Order: sequence, then structure tokens, then C-alpha cells
Amino acid sequence: MSATATRDAFGKALAALGEKHPEIVVLDADLAKSTKSELFAKAFPSRFFEMGIAEANMVATAAGLALSGKIPFACSFACFLTGQFAEIRIALAYSEANVRLVGTHAGVAIGEDGHSQMGLEDVALMRTLPGMTVLQPCDDIETARMMEFLVAHRGPAYLRLTRQKLERVHAENHRFMWGKLDTLRPGRDVAILTSGSPAKAALDAAEMLRDDGLSVCVVNAPTVKPMDAEGLEAIARQCGRIVTVEDHTVMGGLGGAVCETLAERFPVPVKRLGVQDIFGQSGDPDELTALYGLDARSIADATRALCQEKTPV
Amino acid sequence: MTTNTTPDVNALRAICVELRADIIEMLCLAGSGHPGGSLSAVEILVALFWGPLRHDPKNPGWPDRDRVVLSKGHGCPALYAVLARHGYFPREELWRLRKTGAMLQGHPVRSFTPGIEANTGALGQGLSVAQGMALAARLDGSARRTHCICGDGELQEGSVWEAAMSAGKYRLDNLTAIIDFNKGQIDGHVAEVMPLDPLDKKFAAFGWHVITVDGHDLAALATAYAEAAATKGKPTVIIADTVKGKGVSFMEGLIKWHGVTPTREEADRAIAEIRAAGAAA
Repeated sequence: MSATATRDAFGKALAALGEKHPEIVVLDADLAKSTKSELFAKAFPSRFFEMGIAEANMVATAAGLALSGKIPFACSFACFLTGQFAEIRIALAYSEANVRLVGTHAGVAIGEDGHSQMGLEDVALMRTLPGMTVLQPCDDIETARMMEFLVAHRGPAYLRLTRQKLERVHAENHRFMWGKLDTLRPGRDVAILTSGSPAKAALDAAEMLRDDGLSVCVVNAPTVKPMDAEGLEAIARQCGRIVTVEDHTVMGGLGGAVCETLAERFPVPVKRLGVQDIFGQSGDPDELTALYGLDARSIADATRALCQEKTPV
Repeated sequence: MTTNTTPDVNALRAICVELRADIIEMLCLAGSGHPGGSLSAVEILVALFWGPLRHDPKNPGWPDRDRVVLSKGHGCPALYAVLARHGYFPREELWRLRKTGAMLQGHPVRSFTPGIEANTGALGQGLSVAQGMALAARLDGSARRTHCICGDGELQEGSVWEAAMSAGKYRLDNLTAIIDFNKGQIDGHVAEVMPLDPLDKKFAAFGWHVITVDGHDLAALATAYAEAAATKGKPTVIIADTVKGKGVSFMEGLIKWHGVTPTREEADRAIAEIRAAGAAA
């Protein structure tokens, strides 16, 4: 299995798309080596703007570029972008500026740098903004397809990427469908719904649960906003129980979106896995992933436990 | 496109009188809004919109138009009055300012109002947005210029200085910032709330060409805009020395009138005074 960090897939796709689309411009805030926007910077130096450690200015400058017809990709760590919510809210989203905010270093899996560098609230914050598309790829293939979508799409968008490598779960010819859930494995008894990095762990968990006699459906949510309400309701009706998995706070992200949607359409028992109402910390990425309950074993345990709970009448 | 010949200062003064009367009437009917910082910005806008600005009210989306970003969004009654007089929208819209469903929002919104370039109202963001527009113009090889009107109190926002730094780095000589230096903000005098001095030296230190001008002197403003356009290799800031509430004796210089609107009686008195002063000049 090939494994690639989605930030690397992004950097490669961005540089490739830059060739065909002269309206693409890229901004970074002293993290181009880490966000991988440096590949574009090297290929198209006149369309790359190094804004220094000044993210507020970067976000609003990107909005101005978009309002003059450019397609700006403004890149930093997810946590440093959300730090500029005032600019994202007014200069960017409210102005309907066609900016792509690219937040890398999502989740506890960045490891040793610790909580201050972890994007853990970004999906929740971005989801609250009208018109904002929130995308999170789970492998390199999906990242590349999303990048093609983002060049054609009109309206502000947020792309959430990982530092760590992710094992590929999609075929080369996979098609990304904006606003649609993506079933990775069919199943009847329970659904594991993931977005971004935990996809492979969710598939592994489903495999483990075969020994328990459980038929587990694994669904990927590349688009967290707009949430595929119809697709989600269909899964809830079919499986009756849902486990959500995300390397993000369980409040307001994928788990939040699923609960909000199902509560109004077709309520079923949901278990939200992710970072509970606590801060991250430094550590080995794999150890942290297990500690925060996002590895295959933890997902399998939580799924089994949910299936053993009596459904409330 | 609007053709711009050398403006007749007397004619522009007459326009300023009418705009000030419009602003007072709008705010009186709205019952809320910001008279002080609207009245202080009138000549800054008039010298620009009846001066070097290349724009086309019949085609607000013309790609090569010059851009105006009102970073001090609360001053929008002045900009709305200017846009109405140029025919961007019917004048009757002015009397529905801030009403539910109205075209003219309490702070500028581009999707609502023709002629508005960027949504502002959260202070400190406009100069960055304007910078993005200036960078785009450079990439496009277009001669269009971008003007950003900032408040003085607004300069307390750190993001303004991030923008000042990067506009200096990128030597954006197609960008002009105009500071409506009216010396007041909601909580008091700028010099007491959070002093900015020496403002000219601060901008110069960030690589800007600095022009200081009487912000109510139309001829001086016209000269300043011309100097900004002729300045190569760096962005220009025009520090326009203004009076908050300019043109209404009982509002001038008083902090109270930052965000309080006149009663009908006060508005009538203000408008009569504005017109009388205009007739006497």
C-alpha cells in the first residue's frame, strides 16, 4: 500500500494545476516548507506571496486577490488559520471571496510539537460560516481530485490536510463527489463514519469486528460541509448505529455535523470518537493516536460497545 | 467610464454641501449610525470620486476600474451618498439605510450594494484586502489603482501594520491608503485611547511615501492623489487631517457624535446650517 501525507499530495497537485491555471496564486505565512506550497513557489515565483508570520494579513490579502479574479490558496497550519477568524469571517467568507484556505497539520497525529500546533477546532469553526465548503481528504488520490474540484468551484473553501502519511484507500480512478458521502466498505449492523486521516484505521476496525459477527459499513466523509444529509439518513436507516471518527474535537466537527443532521432527520445512537473536551499534548504520533482513541483497536472497541448497547425505545 | 477633467473646486464644494445634507438626512431617518466619521470623510471621497478615480457606475464590475475599499466601514453613509450621486443606485435607497431588507446595510456589503468592493466593518482588514487587489492588478499588468480609506482609531489594529509591512515589501505603488485622521473614536480621543504619534514616521519606517494634507481642502487632496499616482516603487499614505463631525457646528470635534444620530429637530438644524455655510462660501 502506498502512503502519502495529504499535504504532500496537495503541494504536488497545486504545482501541477498552476501550469494550466494562471489565475491560481498562493500565499503562505513562513511555513511553505511545511505546508508544501513551496513546490508552487519554486515553479511560479511571481504568483507566490510570502507574507511572513502575519496570518491575518495573509487571509485578508487573499480575499482581495480573489475579489480581483484570482484563485488564491492561502496556506498555514490549521491552528494558525483559525487564529484569524475575524478576517476569515468578514474579509473572506462574508465578502464571498473565492479563497481556498489550506490548513495543514490537522489533529493530534502531528505528535511531538504538542497542542499549540495541532489543528483541533478548525472544522468546527469553518462550518459555522455561511457558504464555506469544508473538505478533508483521507488519502493522496482524494486530495488530488479535490484540488481539481477547488479550481473549478466558486466560493470560499477550507481544505484540511495532514502532516503524517496516510495509507491509500482509493483506487487511482476514484472520483470525488462534492457534498456526497463515499462508502469504502458496505455493511449492515453499524456504520463507522470517518473524515480525513482515520479512514484506514476504520477499515481495519471493520475487519477486526468480523470476528464478532458484525457487518460494519465504513463511510468516508470528504465533504464535512455541506453534509450529505440524504446519504447520511440512508446510512442511519440501514445500519441503525453510527460511530464517527475524526482527529479533531468531537464538538462541531464531523461528529457534531452528523448528530445535528440526524437529530432532525432520523435519530439513531451515535458514538463520537475524536478529541474529547481536552487539550492535545506532545508525544509519538502513533501513541497519541491510540491515546486519543483513534487507532483501529480503539475504534473497534467503541463500535462493539455501541452495538452492545440497548437501543433506546 | 467617467471622464475626469480638472475638477472645479467651487463645484466640488457644492457637492460636499449636498452630500453632508444627505448624510444627516440618511442617519436621521435610520435612527442609528455614525455621523462623526461620515462627515469627516466627505472631501476625501469627493476629491477621489470627482477626481482621478476611473470607474463606471453603469458597469460596476468593469475589470479595469480603480478600486475603493472603505476600511472604516462605519463611515459608509458618506460613501453611499457619493455612490448614489454617481448613479450606482437610485437616490431613494439612501432613505432606507439600515432598514430590514434594504440595499444599504449598516456597514458595506458588496453583494447588497453596487459600487462596494469589499465587506468591511470589522476594523483593520481593509488595507490587507486592498493590498490583495493591488497585487492582482500588478499580476494582470493593469494600470488600475486601489485606494483604501482607513480611520485613525482603526490603526490600533495590529493587522493594519502587518499590511503596512507587506505593502512596503512588495513596493505596491498602485496602492494608496488615505487616513481619515479625525482624532476621535467611540471611547474618546485617539491620543488618549491609544496614541498613534508619530504616525507619519511609522508609515515611513514601513517603506511608505507619506503625504500629510488638510483633509477638507479639495485642491490639496487632488494634489495629494496626483502625487500618490506619480510615486513609484512604494505605496503612498495620505494622512488627511480632518474634523470629526465636520460641517455641523454642534457635532464638530465631539466624541458623542461618533455613533449617535440626530433627532429630526437636530437634523433640520444641521442641514440648514450646512446649506447656509455652503451658500455663504
